[in-house]
Amino acid sequence: MRLQDILQETYTALSANKARSSLTILGIVIGIGSVIAMISIGQGASGQIQSSIEGLGSNLLTVMPGFIQPGRGFVSAGRGSSQTLKNEDTDALKHITGIAAISPELQRRFQITSTIGNNTNSTVIGISPEYARVRNVEVAQGSFIAENHVTSMGRVAVLGPTVAEDLFGEENALGKTIRINKINFKVVGVLQTKGSAGFFNPDDTVFVPLSTMQKILAGSDFISTIAISVDSKNLMPQVQEEATLSLAQKHRVDPQSPDFSIVSQADILGTLTQVTNTFTIFLASIAGISLIVGGIGIMNMMLTIVTERTREIGLRKAVGAKKHDISTQFLTEAIMLTFAGGIIGVALGWLLALAVSRFAGLATQVSLQAVLLAFGVSAAIGIIFGYYPARRAAALHPIEALRYE
Amino acid sequence: MAARAVEPSWRTKGMIECKDIAKIYQSGEIETVAIKDITFTIKDGEFVAIIGPSGSGKSTLMHILGCLDIPTRGTYLLDSHDVSQLSDNELAEIRNRKIGFVFQSFNLLPRATVLRNVTLPLVYASASQHEREKAAVSALHASAFPEKFWHHYPNQLSGGMMQRVAIARALVNNPSLLLADEPTGNLDTKTGEIVLDTFQRLHMEQGHTIILITHELYVAEHAERIIQIRDGNIVSDSPVKNRRIANNHH
Ligand SMILES: Nc1ncnc2c1ncn2[C@@H]1O[C@H](COP(=O)(O)OP(=O)(O)O)[C@@H](O)[C@H]1O
Ligand SMILES: [Mg+2]
Repeated sequence: MRLQDILQETYTALSANKARSSLTILGIVIGIGSVIAMISIGQGASGQIQSSIEGLGSNLLTVMPGFIQPGRGFVSAGRGSSQTLKNEDTDALKHITGIAAISPELQRRFQITSTIGNNTNSTVIGISPEYARVRNVEVAQGSFIAENHVTSMGRVAVLGPTVAEDLFGEENALGKTIRINKINFKVVGVLQTKGSAGFFNPDDTVFVPLSTMQKILAGSDFISTIAISVDSKNLMPQVQEEATLSLAQKHRVDPQSPDFSIVSQADILGTLTQVTNTFTIFLASIAGISLIVGGIGIMNMMLTIVTERTREIGLRKAVGAKKHDISTQFLTEAIMLTFAGGIIGVALGWLLALAVSRFAGLATQVSLQAVLLAFGVSAAIGIIFGYYPARRAAALHPIEALRYE
Repeated sequence: MAARAVEPSWRTKGMIECKDIAKIYQSGEIETVAIKDITFTIKDGEFVAIIGPSGSGKSTLMHILGCLDIPTRGTYLLDSHDVSQLSDNELAEIRNRKIGFVFQSFNLLPRATVLRNVTLPLVYASASQHEREKAAVSALHASAFPEKFWHHYPNQLSGGMMQRVAIARALVNNPSLLLADEPTGNLDTKTGEIVLDTFQRLHMEQGHTIILITHELYVAEHAERIIQIRDGNIVSDSPVKNRRIANNHH
């Protein structure tokens, strides 16, 4: 049998019952469409997180209290590890070569109110002036927290643009007074918009001097994070190691299991990528279930077709069709159905992804791999679910098939 | 009314030689002996009718002769080749190249035109488009099927016309053997007559070997020789004395 004949037979057979063929294709369309949409949502989220983490500051090392092992989370959360970093730890790091700037930070959440009566619950971070350089933030208006604010324990605040808008709406926040935890602060600056980085949104943050945070707001001498900016990317491992040794020595702990952790941007990125990949796979698997349901639809239709055309199969065999001629014909029908479903499904998934990014504001990314995967999967579904009916057709005995009523 | 096709000298060897062939159907504990060790020979170019009452084993015999099935025992030589032990695919190949079937119920593909139906065996022979057209045209002419219906679908045709499409399909691969199982069974007398006329012309003008299966003596008498079977045995095998010639109405 020639390819042209197989295609002609397939076309004739499938167009003979257009409604049934279309409904069967629809099952695959929904399956492939949702897989494409889910993968593109997952990959979009992943891409967005990646770019915003890179935007948080380059060559960044973060020192955090408690011991984190990659892939295992906090190991020593039980031994009061959340308060092991102090201001003096910053001094222990200063001598290390390759460090460009060090930013000690203490972070809390507080209720913040404005003089015009708006209020918001936001993250407040006590910082030193180095923060701007280490974390890559820039002021849009006014100035950033300065050294003299820190030494004088000044009650001044720099607002992220989201907070500024929440508190003052269209009004200019600069020079206004806000109340953090019922204490007045003067707004000296507003930051430029930066965009969210997954779990942390710098736009929705208020910055105050570290000393003010420790003594007045939090009542704690500890710090929650030390961010270290390293001169260049290839110095990162070396700086990370030296910093670990210095801090371990200062804390008098074993550098193999210290009471703090130093993670690099790459570590965070790796973990988040892992999370978003898991998320993508999870979404795609759920969508994949509908694909399997679609495949079962194909199988159901093919079994019905084989039964309906039993006499025809007998006749074809009587005039010389071999087993593989018959099985090829039915397998091609199944593959054509899934392939048509695959093409329409990719288009539909694409549209769905576009709609999601437009109306739900989520970034989506339709990758070539996802499209190829969809075609591969739809062809495979055709083969897998078409195989059994095709074999059944091919195995029919010509006489029994001819006699079938 | 007696008429005999001129017998060319090359028609000497038997084209069908059956020796002690039997067919036993086994369904569970029950054995049905449909054919009981029968032996006969049909020569190239003969027009033979196989006659017998319903259930006598005619169709079973035709399936074996047509390589649709193999005998339980015995040997069947078709054109001197032993086909009694071939595989399914080898049998398919032989059916495709050497045998043309005409069934009682026509068995045309409903969604294919007359031309497409006729060329179906050539599809499985992977013949070129040109070969197919040539063969289909001459087969349709041979079965006296009118040209104006060539692009019609089977449901647009009368029973007699459908059977002529089926005959053209049986002829298209230029088979050595034409097998017809009750070809007039679903037709009225007049259209049945046309079909029988077609067989007689194919036999006389083109020298085809034809085996016609029927339970009606009247139909059988259009052949040159009648093999009568009953309960799977051959009870008589003799030439037709007063051969009938079908009225051709076309
Ligand atoms: N597939 C089968 N299984 C069991 N018995 C069968 C089968 N086919 C035919 N037979 C039996 O074989 C005998 C001959 O049948 P068949 O060749 O169809 O007769 P005919 O065509 O002369 O009417 C009958 O008794 C029939 O019941
Ligand atoms: Mg019969």
